[in-house]
Amino acid sequence: MQTPLSTSDAITVRDLRKTYRIREGGSWRGKTRDIVALDGISFSVPKGQIAGFIGPNGAGKSTAIKILSGILRPSSGEVQVNGLVPWTNRVAHVARIGVVFGQRTQLWWDLSVGEGLALLRDIYGVEPERFARNRARLADALDLGGIMDQFVRQLSLGQRMRAEIAASLIHDPDILILDEPTIGLDAPSKLAVRAFVHELCRDRGTTVLLTTHDMHDIEALAERVIVIGHGRILADSPFEDLRMTTLSERILELDFHDTPPELTLPAGASETAREPHSITITFDPRQIPAPALVAHVGHLPGLDDLRISRPSIDEIITRFYADHPA
Amino acid sequence: MPDMPHSPSRTLGPVGLYRRMAGASIVAQLRYPGTFIIQAIGNFVTTLLSFFGIWSLFHRFGSIAGWDIGTVAALYGLVNVAFAVAETLGRGFEVFGGEYVRTGSFDRLLLRPRSTLLLLLGHELRLRPIGRFLQGLFVLVAGLWLAPHVQWSALLVLPWAVAGGAAMFLGVLIGQAALCFITVEGLEVVNVLTYGGVEAGQYPLTMFGRWLRRFITFVLPLAAVCYYPALFCLHHPDPLGLPIWIGALSPAAGFAFLGVMVFAWQRAVAGYVSSGS
Repeated sequence: MQTPLSTSDAITVRDLRKTYRIREGGSWRGKTRDIVALDGISFSVPKGQIAGFIGPNGAGKSTAIKILSGILRPSSGEVQVNGLVPWTNRVAHVARIGVVFGQRTQLWWDLSVGEGLALLRDIYGVEPERFARNRARLADALDLGGIMDQFVRQLSLGQRMRAEIAASLIHDPDILILDEPTIGLDAPSKLAVRAFVHELCRDRGTTVLLTTHDMHDIEALAERVIVIGHGRILADSPFEDLRMTTLSERILELDFHDTPPELTLPAGASETAREPHSITITFDPRQIPAPALVAHVGHLPGLDDLRISRPSIDEIITRFYADHPA
Repeated sequence: MPDMPHSPSRTLGPVGLYRRMAGASIVAQLRYPGTFIIQAIGNFVTTLLSFFGIWSLFHRFGSIAGWDIGTVAALYGLVNVAFAVAETLGRGFEVFGGEYVRTGSFDRLLLRPRSTLLLLLGHELRLRPIGRFLQGLFVLVAGLWLAPHVQWSALLVLPWAVAGGAAMFLGVLIGQAALCFITVEGLEVVNVLTYGGVEAGQYPLTMFGRWLRRFITFVLPLAAVCYYPALFCLHHPDPLGLPIWIGALSPAAGFAFLGVMVFAWQRAVAGYVSSGS
């Protein structure tokens, strides 16, 4: 007996499967081949959480996002988003979610940002007062004041992405799905997008599902990370846990104003590089916590400076995939 | 938030939303009025030139197979006016393969809480076919003027015939868009039904061989929306023997054809949603 899907979660997915049948060679009579895009994934996202959804290309991310958005019907499995099954009533479902596809525009190239938002108001049936309020709030938070009257085709990528995010939120969705929202953006635009999403979640309790290849997005935003690969969930945990389970490694760099002395290091730490004025030590914080190691090396003669760093997230994820081959 | 996410009482209905989208597309088209005027004039001239071909034929021979220039001009005008209306409304379906399927932006359309048909109708209310429309109207009026036995009271059928014809051509465009889910290659074949239909509709049914006659009567109801209504208006007996009043009813076949194509479209969208390709 299966228990009914919980309604307190914003998103519930149980044993979701999707198989694509593709025609080889593209001819009408060609053989068909089945490709398993999702091979039974289950997870749920509580209301108000920002969940990162990551995985390499072809892992099944896009398929899952399309199913959750109501534009693709799965082969089997159960999904509830806001208590609705996305594919059984597309219109009711999409009225209550916001979706941003980083590589596609949902605004109209030949209209200004303001005209596009007004058209979305009528498509979603947002009341005039609520529209005015939301428009003012979004224009302020996303700094759209200067571009409201510009045509969408004239916007820079960063400006366009801010306009896209405003467009996806004009109807107050409870759930926001962001698919690669920072792709191609410059550093200030990325920071602006991240700050906005963070505030949205904090101030309005919007549930956010975020897919990205930019691990800094995940690090800055996601309380929780779902790693998908080969159509399965490889990990589903708080980000820090993922980091700990995949790579419990820290790096301590020591700078000296003279030739560094010889070191005797405690268990769990080892010297991995030596330069004329510096030493790099790699350590496992579970064996030797960082403060203890710092205390151990802190009295070395001639020590100028020290820095502790963690391996980059890209490195963590790359190693994670390597540990879970197909 | 205390606001309910969706308050149906304030939502624009399909007609209201269509008017808003069409209005926005007109604003966008008129942003460059020079381009629009040149295109509309070009549309007028090219379509008028094709009529001169027919006119010179009749000028040389007087009448062909018992059909006079007035009747043929009326048919020509009728089919062109109807097609111009369909072109104006159905632009979203005409460009569906290139602008929605190839680019993947059909997904974006599915993310909007409205019917896909309505959203594609609202893609663009195209102003350019006004050239074909005016030219067709001009030839239609001239044809009625020249035709020998016009039933002036029967002309009330004309708007109904135009509506039926526009519905039929819109149906062709919707069917073409539905085919794009299967392939976006080689769909020029469908132009046989649109532009080819306009060409065929310009001539009386009896000028065609039996096979083509059956095709444009029973598959694509071109005869029902142009030929029979024109006979009715011109009080011209049907050489194939059908009663004259059939022309007052037959434009309904255009709507029936549209209905079938809309059904095919809904099935195609459902297929897309379940296959994802």
